[in-house]
Amino acid sequence: MSLQLPIYLDNNATTPCDPRVVDAMVPFFTQNFGNSASRNHPFGWVAEEAVDYAREQVAKLIGADPKEIIFTSGATEGDNLGIKGVFEMYASKGNHIITANTEHKAVLDTCKHIEKLGGEVTYLDVKEDGLIDLAELEAAIKPNTILIALMYANNEIGVIQPMQEVSKIARKHGVLLFSDATQAIGKIPVDVNKDGLDLAAFTAHKMYGPKGVGALYVRRKNPRVKVTAQMDGGGHERGMRSGTLNVAGIVGFGKAAELCRLEMEQDAAHTSRLRDKLENALLEIEEAYVNGHKEHRLPHVSNISFKYVEGEGLMMGFNKNIAVSSGSACTSASLEPSYVLKALGLGDDLAHSSLRFGLSRFTTEEQIDYTIESVRSTVLKLREMSPLWEMYKDGIDLETIEWAHH
Amino acid sequence: MAYSEKVIDHYQNPKNVGTLDKGKKNVGTGLVGAPECGDVMRLQIEVDDATGVITDAKFKTFGCGSAIASSSLATEWLKGKNVEEALKIDNMEIVEELNLPPVKIHCSVLAEDAIKAAINDYRVKNGLEAIKFEESLVH
Repeated sequence: MSLQLPIYLDNNATTPCDPRVVDAMVPFFTQNFGNSASRNHPFGWVAEEAVDYAREQVAKLIGADPKEIIFTSGATEGDNLGIKGVFEMYASKGNHIITANTEHKAVLDTCKHIEKLGGEVTYLDVKEDGLIDLAELEAAIKPNTILIALMYANNEIGVIQPMQEVSKIARKHGVLLFSDATQAIGKIPVDVNKDGLDLAAFTAHKMYGPKGVGALYVRRKNPRVKVTAQMDGGGHERGMRSGTLNVAGIVGFGKAAELCRLEMEQDAAHTSRLRDKLENALLEIEEAYVNGHKEHRLPHVSNISFKYVEGEGLMMGFNKNIAVSSGSACTSASLEPSYVLKALGLGDDLAHSSLRFGLSRFTTEEQIDYTIESVRSTVLKLREMSPLWEMYKDGIDLETIEWAHH
Repeated sequence: MAYSEKVIDHYQNPKNVGTLDKGKKNVGTGLVGAPECGDVMRLQIEVDDATGVITDAKFKTFGCGSAIASSSLATEWLKGKNVEEALKIDNMEIVEELNLPPVKIHCSVLAEDAIKAAINDYRVKNGLEAIKFEESLVH
């Protein structure tokens, strides 16, 4: 089979739909188009039955009860509903939330919003491998702490937090645990009971399902958790999320969740083998470094800094043929590189020099071989053009230069 | 964001990449930007002492495609100009030539700054006073 270009290696941004998912969805646009809330005719019954089945499929993936799954429009909504919903619901208990500064913007900006509403938020630093310090987490808990909001696995570096340990600390202090598990669910085993999660947000389009549909897991016993709805309306989803259900999307989400559950082991083996091949080959390039903990990491992600070349310039060398993403943002609006990489303590220069590779169950060996060669040759070409590389080679310490900061 | 064809061409076939001998009195070097900002440009000119004409220009750039293209274009424009003419190169001419979008204007500013820094380095090396320029607008 000949290699098809362009190659997609940006699967932390979104994944393609699995064709089996699309097949499952199609009838729900045309024949079975009913509103699942229509209780009085077969169109509604068919839709409701399909939603119920999908709810079981999604619940099963994370070891939850179907009644604990609240369908949303995606992980951003789940993050907002989970965090703001707890903040409002538990206002009489306290107003303090603990999170980490490597969280997704949907969590960080939700927390900033809560601060404006009079809430108090502690943003934990992470260690240079991207993991939080458990002692620091425990020390941050106060009498008015109601929630710990910690992502399961990071979207830029793939680092997996020790959720079971975090949960033990949360339980010990009677604090709820919310997790943005968008990148983890479907890729690695997540079990809400073993992991002790009270709330978890995730989305279909990171696990070979469609965009525009996600879920918030809300624990129903030990303890029973409630969230205040953030949208008023018909009281769908047990009153926690109003709005006509995206039936076709939910059906696709269910199918995607089922496939991830059944094929997780082989998907992980496949992506980690190719990821390691890619990573090991690229690390043979001089002055290339992996960002984040190499073991506590998702199987399909690799974030690498190629020192002395700039990420956006690097991507330009092959982005017609290979889709990846960079931690660098070279625009006048934001010269700031990735805040996640900076939180690991990376200098801005290394943060500007990073690429994120995200593989999928559809990634092939040929694609990885092509990518290795393209990235390698572009790095070498750009280094020949880089004044920083020349200085490094001449033994000049870049730290000693007085740069004209702008 | 899609790059213009001219940016892509300069990126793929950059003109005048290289290094001139800093030790020579008629070579001026401008090093602008900072690694933390994601762009560093080094632009060098070699001047014919008798005529004041720039006979050679070289660059090396750490940065995005627009930064590389801006510096590549600048070296092309510098060659054959005398120093006074070179001082007149305006960043907006680079923006127009390369069709840079607003978010990439700072790349052209950096190239203009690099030209001025190289000329000043040449002037100082040759016993002339450095020209004081207004602060760049962008940065």
